Amino acid sequence: MRILLVEDDPTVAGFVAKGLREAGHVVEHADNGRDGLFLAASETFDTIILDRMLPGGIDGIRLLETLRSQNNTTPVLVLSALSQVDDRVAGLKAGGDDYLTKPFAFSELLARVEALTRRGKTDGPQTKLLVGDLEMDLLSRMVRRAGQKIDLQPREFRLLEYLMRHAGQVVTRTMLLEGVWDYHFDPQTNVIDVHVSRLRQKIDKPYPSALIHTIRNAGYMLRPESP
Amino acid sequence: MGVWGLRPQRGPGAEPLAFSVIRSASLKLAAIYGILFAVSAFALVLFLWWTTTGLLDQQVEAAIHADAQGLSERWEEGGVPALVLTIQERLAENVDDDAIYLLADALHHRIAGNLERWPANVVTPSTFYELDVARAGMRSTAEVYRYDLPGGFRLLVGRDVKGRTQIKRLLRGTLLYSGILVAVLALVGGLVMRNLFRRMVADVSSTAAAIARGELQRRVRRSGRGDEFDAMAEAINTMLDRIAKLMDGVRQVSNSIAHDLRTPIARARARLEDAARNSATEAELRAAIDRAMADLDAVTAVFQALMRIAEIEAGSRRSAFADVDLGPLLADLAELYSALAEDAGLSLDLHVPDTLPVWADRDLIQQAVANLLDNAIKFSPPGGTVTLSAETAERGVRIGVADQGPGIPEADRARATERFFRGEQARSTPGSGLGLALVQAVATLHDGALVLEDAHPGLCVVLSLHTADMKPASSVPHEPDIALVAQDHGT
Repeated sequence: MRILLVEDDPTVAGFVAKGLREAGHVVEHADNGRDGLFLAASETFDTIILDRMLPGGIDGIRLLETLRSQNNTTPVLVLSALSQVDDRVAGLKAGGDDYLTKPFAFSELLARVEALTRRGKTDGPQTKLLVGDLEMDLLSRMVRRAGQKIDLQPREFRLLEYLMRHAGQVVTRTMLLEGVWDYHFDPQTNVIDVHVSRLRQKIDKPYPSALIHTIRNAGYMLRPESP
Repeated sequence: MGVWGLRPQRGPGAEPLAFSVIRSASLKLAAIYGILFAVSAFALVLFLWWTTTGLLDQQVEAAIHADAQGLSERWEEGGVPALVLTIQERLAENVDDDAIYLLADALHHRIAGNLERWPANVVTPSTFYELDVARAGMRSTAEVYRYDLPGGFRLLVGRDVKGRTQIKRLLRGTLLYSGILVAVLALVGGLVMRNLFRRMVADVSSTAAAIARGELQRRVRRSGRGDEFDAMAEAINTMLDRIAKLMDGVRQVSNSIAHDLRTPIARARARLEDAARNSATEAELRAAIDRAMADLDAVTAVFQALMRIAEIEAGSRRSAFADVDLGPLLADLAELYSALAEDAGLSLDLHVPDTLPVWADRDLIQQAVANLLDNAIKFSPPGGTVTLSAETAERGVRIGVADQGPGIPEADRARATERFFRGEQARSTPGSGLGLALVQAVATLHDGALVLEDAHPGLCVVLSLHTADMKPASSVPHEPDIALVAQDHGT
């Protein structure tokens, strides 16, 4: 994927660009708002990672608003050292698709970037999700694995749905808390782990191979056992 | 005396003497006092003088008229001889020797009386005159009245008013001396007032100066008289106490920040240094780095919690208030945490009505209740029950979270909501000591309160929200977010 990184701090930029390249992406870097806007408007990217505070007269929010006013719908992940809720809301209102506060773990950034690009690609409403031998019917709200029906609580269903929609990607705990529960705070304990482990009891335990994998220091990933 | 000259000028605010005298409020006060005192004293003395002398004049005039009345009766009875006789009788009987009579013919020749000759300036009949008279070799002042009798005779009846004049002179002297006395008293009184005023103000200003120098424990002295100055001193002291409390809070928070952040930073640093020097294998190095990152994440978490509390306390979040139904909100939270509770061997009971509307900030209520549930689960022994309840209360709602853990000792309860406070039992458990501080901030933002009660056994935390009055009267459907986003894309 082609990713534009607009970030003025050389250490953070170098660290992010290196990580993204290692994950197999092509990264273009701009260290000020003017260059960033020029690149974003003149070339095509799959995702833009945008720092809010930028030198050069155009800050992240201005850049984003300009881009959106030109009907550019490239997914944008806003990075910011400002964690206040109002700032997050401002970033999203300006047209951002996701918001991440500095300092962040690279795994969180990568997971969110990949989730963003996936979001851009969905074509039309799906009625069925399939991962390996696990299938989910979104209309009848039925879940089967290897042909066997599995009973899930409503919240477990939504958790599994989120994981299946992001199959093959790392999903962080924060993403689950926001995406499944719609909570925007940091719980001090491992609530999410408990819920995932319950889901595992139903989805993975009775079967020979596991679908939900724990990714160390990052989160979870739903993927079929590699052949 | 020399009151303002003798006392050395102290403090950083001391100005050149002349300058400070001109602009001195205390001097102005003293001057106002002095002038007021002098004017009222003079007015009193003048009034006294005027009434006293007036009375004396009246008495003299009345006596003269009464005398003349008697004489005229005798004249009518016996003519000039009878009058002469009467005058001589009266002069003889006059013990005070103050009566003055003079009977003269048309050519002003003396017929009888104790004046030697007709005074030259007495020309108009039926008029009072004040004359200098010489009687028996003594000069004196007299008040006389001229009566004209038929046949061209003229009669002067009068009284020697030397005594009255003396009284007047005495009064005039008294007036002068009392004037001087009043002036002196006014000056002294003014200076006393000024000193009193200055001492009262000096105490306030010296306290303020001391506090500016850093002696924060100084307070304004109270006289104990319960007067206005005492009230002011008390108000100032209350303010200073409040400031001191806030300063203590800030100091305590910064100490705690220093401690709570320094510890994980130091730990991370030690791990990294140890790994850099001593790691034999790459795996060891990586493990050390991972642990150091976890330590730094903890630092970030503390920072974020602090900033969020500060943000809530600033009150700017009120813009995010909307109609929130606590029924499903609390049920969802209970569902999220029930899994955690079950894993800890606890049961989580929910006593919340299906719908419980309230005017509040949705995100903050979620976070506050999540913190309370988190604490309750963390401190409950296995087998216990955590209860989440909510009900309508006056001007809002009450949300209660009760556990069966060790509770918080009475003495610690007031401090439990302070930032970084951690009870004895809490020291061994993970946590930042910011959870209840955040709930407290949320309660304050919602005009409510956070109360910790004994649940026998355990702790019951009651979060009450009193937002019924805060909701704007015109309850327009609250959907500005969506409208704004649409607008932004249109431009």
